[in-house]
Amino acid sequence: MDESTEPPSAAASDVPVIRFDDLHKSFGKQHVLAGLNLDVERGKTLAIMGASGSGKSVTLRHIIGLMKPDSGRVLVEGVEVAKMTREQLSEMRKGMGYVFQDGALINWLSIGENVALPLRENTNLSDKEIRERAQHKLELVHVPDAWNKMPSEISGGMRKRIGIARALITDPDIILYDEPNAGLDPEIARSINATIRHLADTLEVTSIVVEHRIECIRVVADEVLFLHEGKSLIQTATADFFASQHPRLLRFFGQDSLPPSANPHS
Amino acid sequence: MSFSSSATHFVQTSGERASLLLATLRRLPAVFERRRLIADAMCSLGLNMTPVVLFVGLFMGMIVSLQTGIELSRIGQQDQIGLIVAVSMAREMGPFITATILAATAGSSIAAELGTMSVSDELAALEVMSIDKLRLLVLPRVVALAIMCPMLTVLCDGIGILGGGLVASSQLNVGWDLYSETAMDSLRPVGGWFGLPFDVFAGLLKSFVFGIIISTLSCAEGLRAKGGALGVGHATRAAVRDSIILVIIANYMISQMLYDL
Ligand SMILES: Nc1ncnc2c1ncn2[C@@H]1O[C@H](COP(=O)(O)OP(=O)(O)OP(=O)(O)O)[C@@H](O)[C@H]1O
Ligand SMILES: [Mg+2]
Repeated sequence: MDESTEPPSAAASDVPVIRFDDLHKSFGKQHVLAGLNLDVERGKTLAIMGASGSGKSVTLRHIIGLMKPDSGRVLVEGVEVAKMTREQLSEMRKGMGYVFQDGALINWLSIGENVALPLRENTNLSDKEIRERAQHKLELVHVPDAWNKMPSEISGGMRKRIGIARALITDPDIILYDEPNAGLDPEIARSINATIRHLADTLEVTSIVVEHRIECIRVVADEVLFLHEGKSLIQTATADFFASQHPRLLRFFGQDSLPPSANPHS
Repeated sequence: MSFSSSATHFVQTSGERASLLLATLRRLPAVFERRRLIADAMCSLGLNMTPVVLFVGLFMGMIVSLQTGIELSRIGQQDQIGLIVAVSMAREMGPFITATILAATAGSSIAAELGTMSVSDELAALEVMSIDKLRLLVLPRVVALAIMCPMLTVLCDGIGILGGGLVASSQLNVGWDLYSETAMDSLRPVGGWFGLPFDVFAGLLKSFVFGIIISTLSCAEGLRAKGGALGVGHATRAAVRDSIILVIIANYMISQMLYDL
């Protein structure tokens, strides 16, 4: 209660939008996150890399309150997610977009209605307005004429893009992307990356992007975090990350392919 | 699953199921906004089952008529066959058969639909979009089955009585006129039960409760499904099994309440 009575604006600028504080999470005997710390500042984009199964999706799920930590804290705008009331959590989520790794489209709604769903359920906008906005987001992800298709009728890459459109429909301040480029061809992927970058640059959207593709990370990310054994192995500016000679990173990328570090920044 | 683990599951989940029902009832004011989803659910979960209900109901009436008719004719009482068929269809057979069919068809499809949504992250997606899944998914299904179960029961009663008459007139030498007269007589209104014959009212009240039981249990099982296709299978099985068990228990308790006055 005390915290909420303080003028929020004073603190808001220097409090990281998302902060993990010594987070632990296990499933049975499997210790997935073991003391993860991370910070994302307003308007910044953090890329999370890590081996398959290292806990990247689990990390994102903690931010939006789909999972609760065993110990440690996740703070969003300075408020601990696990301690939020139902209303606070709902409020926070309305300001967030989440792109699921496999789309997670509602299978019995058409593509258009999937994108429109958050507006239909949580706002009083007119049908016309909702359709216009949803259609605009569909165009943004390059699927302008799929409104009436069903999720089962479209390709995996398209489902991914619809998932992105749906996450963007409420114009959130924070967007969490779980492998936004997986399954997309290079051309579409570039355009999605440009969109992510554009949102961060123009609207000060804060994002976390779980991603493997180096080209994508170079375009979208301000910082990169490498998740290893449940901890942050390194969190640093993108250029420094690719310049790093950490043995684990060299192994991850395959020794030879890492180097494009001799690049503009150095 | 062994008997004991099924029983444990039944006990452990009752609280969860009861609170799902309460939470859904609290959302009843939103029922009008949900009219389209409710209509869809009434069609897919109820109307589509009409042929099955009619078919089974017809044969059930014929069986009751045949079995009791044979005994009654031994003591020369086959005139009463209309009464027996009508009363047993209206009180017990109609509601129970309809509920069993709905548990197996509507219940399993509810559990499978919601279960699939659960294991494919769709429910998580609704949650992160702050969309109330009880209002979107559960309320329409519960309302739809609460309406459709009694409606299908009426059909089942009707066609069962008809089937009983067919057997009575063709095989038991009870004239159609006599049959229908005794059947109708037994169902005459006897009180202020919403202008319905008491037995019909009792049957409809039961089937209304059965509809709620089946839909709530099946939704609860679907929502808690975990672990891929296997989890959906478990949810479906538990939904049908526990619906039928609870329907039987509720059937006994309501009968006790209504007829033991
Ligand atoms: N709900 C859960 N129950 C049990 N174990 C889980 C659950 N969610 C994740 N895990 C386990 O946690 C580990 C990390 O999973 P996570 O999905 O975060 O991996 P990831 O880094 O996103 O991998 P990928 O790149 O393949 O998507 C996995 O080993 C997984 O088995
Ligand atoms: Mg993942």
